[in-house]
Amino acid sequence: MLWESNSTYKTYKTSKTLLQLRNITKHFGAVVANDQVNIKVEPATIHAIVGENGAGKSTAMRIAYGFYTADSGEIVIDGKVRDIKNPHDAIALGVGMVHQHFMLVDTMTVAENIILGAEPGNQTALDLSRAKAEIRKLSEEFKLAVNPNSLIENLSVGQQQRVELLKALYRHARLLILDEPTAVLTPQEVEEFFAILRRMREQGKTVIIITHKLSEVLAISDEVTVMRDGKVVGRLPTQKTDAAELARLMVGREVLLRVEKEDAKVGSIELQVKDLSVTAADGAKRVNQVSFEVRRGEIVGIAGVEGNGQTELIEALAGLVEPARISGQIRFEDKNITRFNARSRRELAIAHIPEDRHRRGLLLDFTLEENSILGVHYREPIVAYAGHVFLDQEEMRSRAMEILEGFDVRPANPELPARSLSGGNQQKLIIGREFVLHPRLLLVSQPTRGVDIGAIEFIHRRLVQLRDGGCAVLLVSAELEEVTSLSDRLLIIHQGRIVGEVDPKIATVEEIGLLMTRGH
Amino acid sequence: MNLLRQLLFPMIAVAAAFLVGGIMVLIVGDSPFEAYRLLLGSALSWPDGIGYTLFYATPLIFTGLAVLVALRCGLLNIGAEGQLYTAAFATAWVGIKLAAFPSLLLVLLCCLTAIVVGGLWGAIPGVLKARFGSHEVINTIMLNFVAVALVSYFTQYYYKIPGDPILQTVPVSGGAHIARLGKFIPGLPERIPLNLAFIMALLACGFVYLFLWRTKWGYEIRATGANPTAAEYGGISVRKQIILAMAVSGALAGMVGINEVLGYRYRYYDGFSANYGFTGIAVALLGRNHPAGVLLSAILFGMLIRGGIFVDAFTNNVTKDLVDVLQGMVILFVAAEALFRGPFGRFGLLKRSKV
Repeated sequence: MLWESNSTYKTYKTSKTLLQLRNITKHFGAVVANDQVNIKVEPATIHAIVGENGAGKSTAMRIAYGFYTADSGEIVIDGKVRDIKNPHDAIALGVGMVHQHFMLVDTMTVAENIILGAEPGNQTALDLSRAKAEIRKLSEEFKLAVNPNSLIENLSVGQQQRVELLKALYRHARLLILDEPTAVLTPQEVEEFFAILRRMREQGKTVIIITHKLSEVLAISDEVTVMRDGKVVGRLPTQKTDAAELARLMVGREVLLRVEKEDAKVGSIELQVKDLSVTAADGAKRVNQVSFEVRRGEIVGIAGVEGNGQTELIEALAGLVEPARISGQIRFEDKNITRFNARSRRELAIAHIPEDRHRRGLLLDFTLEENSILGVHYREPIVAYAGHVFLDQEEMRSRAMEILEGFDVRPANPELPARSLSGGNQQKLIIGREFVLHPRLLLVSQPTRGVDIGAIEFIHRRLVQLRDGGCAVLLVSAELEEVTSLSDRLLIIHQGRIVGEVDPKIATVEEIGLLMTRGH
Repeated sequence: MNLLRQLLFPMIAVAAAFLVGGIMVLIVGDSPFEAYRLLLGSALSWPDGIGYTLFYATPLIFTGLAVLVALRCGLLNIGAEGQLYTAAFATAWVGIKLAAFPSLLLVLLCCLTAIVVGGLWGAIPGVLKARFGSHEVINTIMLNFVAVALVSYFTQYYYKIPGDPILQTVPVSGGAHIARLGKFIPGLPERIPLNLAFIMALLACGFVYLFLWRTKWGYEIRATGANPTAAEYGGISVRKQIILAMAVSGALAGMVGINEVLGYRYRYYDGFSANYGFTGIAVALLGRNHPAGVLLSAILFGMLIRGGIFVDAFTNNVTKDLVDVLQGMVILFVAAEALFRGPFGRFGLLKRSKV
């Protein structure tokens, strides 16, 4: 039942297949990104393409959109073989794509962004009012609530994404390819976004959604194509499958979706936060009079809708916020570390896995080896000889190998730039780097964001191991399931305040959800 | 393979620049082959050609390295010009004032002065950026004007030989001179001003490499340049790195003063820099921000300067402006890297791997 060949698949026999990729093969150098890929998408459906990072889902879709050309195979649209050499050809055939990273000009208005490259009017004069009218019409039709006159920089991420959708709709796209559209959205925004997708389907649009979040696949799609290692390994109607089966197909083995852990053996207090407030540059209090403690051997989770002060809280604890913006007290063991900088906190064995690995966690153009010493690059044993100035190349190499091998970073080549790794492997590199410090307190934010299912399981297991070894762990995650299953105690943050503490073993999702969104 | 790829691109840029330059020579009515034969022949002849080529390359190695160090920290130092002027003047001042010191000590003091004064002048925009966030590009440009005016003023009103029509200081003490390489190399006459500063420039290339890639300080500077927020996360003080990088950058630019004052003119000569500071940006770019690349591209630029003089003299219509055209074209083609990724990308040599 896993594999049904194209010819026997008859769910949508009434209408003609909209898009079909036939035997698409694509190499990047020696790597086979797509190997004889067959994907079939029926009109007016939402089709999910799932797979781990590097499984070839984005490549296949970029081929359909003309971003890459396939080495062999054909693209069939409306039953005819099409020659799509570039995105222009794809757009002319009604195919639109929204990339994971938005392609918008911040200082221009919504309307200006949307018409960019498809300007109405004649050669010299720009007919902006016609464009605006058109955009308003589309916005109403799909209930996108986008004002064509707003500046992009004033819009939320969710709104910007709707502008990207409008951009495709404005170009008369019938088929929208969305690459990891929910990665940047808050849980509420995801709900709104899904409602928009359903409306689009009702209006006859076809949507392809590339993702690796199984809950979303199950929530939104009609059909799923599963890819692994560049091949299509399954094509199923969503109603006939479940998360466990999809995970098994994606990873190629049974995957433990729940975290297994024993009760915490809690020790003395490691981190004590008292009346901590963090003020942003605009004067707003992002963290407001927060007090809590974390003991040895426990994972304390912080649940909350993103943007409620979690980022600022963790950064303040890690020493990444200017002291002038902090009030209150942070104590670690017997020391008041409120005024300590990032380096002196690290020297006390406080490790930090940041939420944004590209911004904070990695030097993308540095090699894996160079990345693996970030934070200890000035200390023994990395700088042992000649007055503690020169980096010890052998020590660097051995530390890098310890991390790459111990945390299953692939490829385990210390000379590669960090940029060349997939998101999951980058995350494992960061986690490994912080774990080999043998931290006594670990601040960890979104540990599995954008990470494959197989790697999520691994990361969760290592976090529990660290806690069992006596480390105090403070965990922030936007994934409610993750934070409830890993935490021993769960604090809920709302508008910068801790509004409640629940026992994650007995609290219901509704209970936590209400605290997260309403604050009481 | 990797090395080949690193070298290939600048070489293509240089070849393309020569091609365009050749067409221009043709347009003004001379033979491009003749012009290039003259240019390369005069730049590579022994001993004069090679001697002068390396002499002209010396200040460009220093300024190229200066720009490189700042760029590796994410800073564009357009102020090498001002740094080398202040440093050269200060070097001359020490060479004049401390004439009584024994030669070796005086040379050491003079070199140290060049390095320290260049470093301090470079550190000013670093401090301004670290402390107040003001942009280093603006500040280094402005400090160039200040430096040039300041040293001109002091030369004119305090250190000139009265009645001398040339704007230059009195000569430095003979003890402050550093040897010309002709003294050590058989066949190289001592009239050619190639001097020990060239050896220092070579050492500086090695020093910059070791400093940036083998020391914790270099690591911190490069980390700051690669991603300041991640550097901060790793416990690196971004502000300190900005000041340090600008100081090291300025010190390297300042070493031009050693070549100029201690090895060539033996005095401070106002307006001596033939845009060394600005050409240094081109040298660093063409050298792909690597000390070995800077060395090679500085020598290439040295060849152009030397050869340009001869092209000017021995062709009917081509002037040494050809050199400026070639320099400009090289930079244009280096900057137009994307252009080459298209057609040449098919050979797989310049393609960025996408996986």
